[in-house]
Amino acid sequence: MPEDQEREAESPARGEGGLPEAREHLRIAAMRPVLDTPRWWWPAVIALGAVVVVGLAAWAVQLADGLGVAGYNDRAFWAVYEADLVAFIGVSYGGAVVSAILRLTNATWRAPLTRIAEATALVTLPIGMLFIVPHLGSPQRIWELVWPPYWNLSSPILWDFFAVSTYLLATAVFFYLPLIADLPVAAARMAGRAGVRARCCRLLYRAVGGEREVGASKRQLIEGSIGLVAIMVIPMAVSVHSVLSFAFASSSRAGYAETIFPVYFVVAALYSGIALVAVAVAALRRLFHLEAFIHPRHFVRLGFILVGFGAVYLYLTFTEYLVDGYSGTTDNAAWVRQVLIGRYWIPFWFYFVAAGVVPMLIVAIPRLRTAKGVVVASGLVVVAMWVKRLVIVIPPATEPLVRSPLAAGGVLEGNWGSYHFTWVPISITLAATAAIPLLLLLVFRFVPILPIAEMEELESYEQVLTEAIEVTGGTTSLSPGGHPGGRPLIPPASACAPVVLPPPGAGGGGFDLSLRADCWPPHGHGPSGSTGLPPFGSGGWGR
Amino acid sequence: MTGSERRDAASAEDRDVLDDVQSANRPEREPVPVTFGRRGFLRGATIGGLGIAATGALGYAFGASSASSASSASSATTAGAAGRATHQWAMVIDLRSCNGCKLCTTACQAAHFLHEDQTWIDVFTMRDASGKHYSMPRPCMMCEDPPCVPVCPVQANVRTADGLTLVDQSRCIGTRICMNACPYQARYFNWSKPRPAPRQPFPQEPAWPVPQVEGTVGKCITCAAMLPAGKLPECVSRCPMGVLYLGDLATDVAVNGIGTTVKLSEFLADNDAVTFKESYGTHPRVFYIPGSGQALDTDAEAG
Repeated sequence: MPEDQEREAESPARGEGGLPEAREHLRIAAMRPVLDTPRWWWPAVIALGAVVVVGLAAWAVQLADGLGVAGYNDRAFWAVYEADLVAFIGVSYGGAVVSAILRLTNATWRAPLTRIAEATALVTLPIGMLFIVPHLGSPQRIWELVWPPYWNLSSPILWDFFAVSTYLLATAVFFYLPLIADLPVAAARMAGRAGVRARCCRLLYRAVGGEREVGASKRQLIEGSIGLVAIMVIPMAVSVHSVLSFAFASSSRAGYAETIFPVYFVVAALYSGIALVAVAVAALRRLFHLEAFIHPRHFVRLGFILVGFGAVYLYLTFTEYLVDGYSGTTDNAAWVRQVLIGRYWIPFWFYFVAAGVVPMLIVAIPRLRTAKGVVVASGLVVVAMWVKRLVIVIPPATEPLVRSPLAAGGVLEGNWGSYHFTWVPISITLAATAAIPLLLLLVFRFVPILPIAEMEELESYEQVLTEAIEVTGGTTSLSPGGHPGGRPLIPPASACAPVVLPPPGAGGGGFDLSLRADCWPPHGHGPSGSTGLPPFGSGGWGR
Repeated sequence: MTGSERRDAASAEDRDVLDDVQSANRPEREPVPVTFGRRGFLRGATIGGLGIAATGALGYAFGASSASSASSASSATTAGAAGRATHQWAMVIDLRSCNGCKLCTTACQAAHFLHEDQTWIDVFTMRDASGKHYSMPRPCMMCEDPPCVPVCPVQANVRTADGLTLVDQSRCIGTRICMNACPYQARYFNWSKPRPAPRQPFPQEPAWPVPQVEGTVGKCITCAAMLPAGKLPECVSRCPMGVLYLGDLATDVAVNGIGTTVKLSEFLADNDAVTFKESYGTHPRVFYIPGSGQALDTDAEAG
């Protein structure tokens, strides 16, 4: 867009003087969603808001008429809201993985993704938690869950409540800590701007203590805290979905009483979480023109993580069904049959294709292993993993448990229950889905979309590494951005026109396994290929 | 002859009941621990749950205090329960006489103002290995170790000193995890507005949850509020075949609706009684006498 380029061209003059061009550009790009209102912004917010309002209306109808209008009955006592609860809390795991795990493993390429990943976690987790409200038969008594004299500590639901609220707290802290160093930058950019929102922003920045520049010692403290929280957030994330699974697995019901469930749920959450991060990053990258910072290579790397979890999940699914089906006990065989070839075969095999086979093929086949391919795979995974949660929740709930009751033997005659979707849970689920982009857009009206301080820090770190390589006779060449050796983490402003990728096959590229593999190249591909893989992004994602 | 026996039993019950009506009618908040097993495991798991709670400062502060009060309350109940309860209610279901007329179901629904699909006592049509059909009534099993009780997050399930598991519908928030936990599918939810009920002789309470409360779980209560008055549960008194017996493990007697009184332990032993899903460790207090309508003149094959 010519307008954007104009703005980029003139903006360095507007910022704090004396910054290197590249850093100035980073700050402009990171603050663009906060400072500018694109033409699509209000229509998008209104459309998403409308979907949310329809969902709220559906919930009001459910409040008035009872849970029956959501398709529930005594033989389908748990269904779509439980699946939603698990699925939406599940997708919040992407934030934990990208940020915490990649942070701890010192994968520097994560840097431009972390803010978006953490924000995604921050908005999806409360949405997932809110599904407890339509799930409850008597939501007006929900206060009993926070009223200690009523607590029954032997209840898995109460464990859920503790685990999820603790995790929410940790997610918020994990979002806030890296933000501290960025807030002064944001406040400086906001200073002197008129308007209600600018004033709100300034009030918010002041409220969370982010107006003063962060000193070196404080920065070190923050760094340490981030590391600590990153370590803490991983077991917490594991605990949340394990405990969620206990609500199912700690019963005697065939199909729920699975020892595999805690692991199964955690892996499912990581899988769908990574997928949602890829989708969110792709959308925001496109909408806010972050192509110079978020490269197709990022998606391909997310794709590798994605299929890793996808393969483990497929394996766990196979194990569960094989063992339960093979053992052949009446109750287990019945639900496995229903899922594989019975009345739930369509959702199950949809999962198998869309989240089992296709993502793996996309990442496995070099021609499809592009940013676009990974984003398509991720979109499929997000949807199919929601469907898979339905397949986990509904079939066991609708199976009769009194099949062969007495020592004298006997089989129950006739069929049992079934669940039928109505417009109410569909509207509420769609509302929750629409709330994710809506809240993300709102969050990025207030906070920088890229972690400025983190990226600048890693930029310096990469420079040090590069110099070390040069001293020890490394192979890197001089970078175009004037950095001594190698590619700069933060591209200069001149490089920030939409990235032009070399055509497939040109310029080597591929999987760069050198020490510098973990910096993201703004100008195309790394030093010529070391593994013989085809170039990333050859699908032309980055225009 | 059976009628006078029945009267005697009833009046004896009345006398007991007059002393007991206060305590029996008011359910204990904490379940009575009977055996190790699930509850022992859950107690261990509770400690684990506390560990999770401890991660959050808030959860920790409240969790610790709640746990200590809960454990002291439950030990008090254990000490009191054995000495105090004059009755330990049970049921016997003689499948040899059941013709599957479902009068028990409709009587129950009429007495408790339930919707048609809320079959607190359901009658299943079963097929045995010989291909013969028979009917099997299924009320709440009133387990000695009920899996539904410990899973409720807000302690809305109560187990009375005389062995009945009841739901406090003024507390139930409708998570339905108890419906998941019950291996007998004996719990029913109020998915819509309950049927309106006229003024009842008892207040709406766990022992007489009439009318039902929308958005809460309801289940068979063995007509808990009527027992202290010497009345049989609706299903028992309305069964024309004498299939259902109300029993009392404490006084070792069981009575059915057509006036048969038996010595409970002998009746069970002589007729090879079984319980439903014994392997689940729930120790049901509903005993089945296996059969497929042999005592009936008509052919029990329902097709």
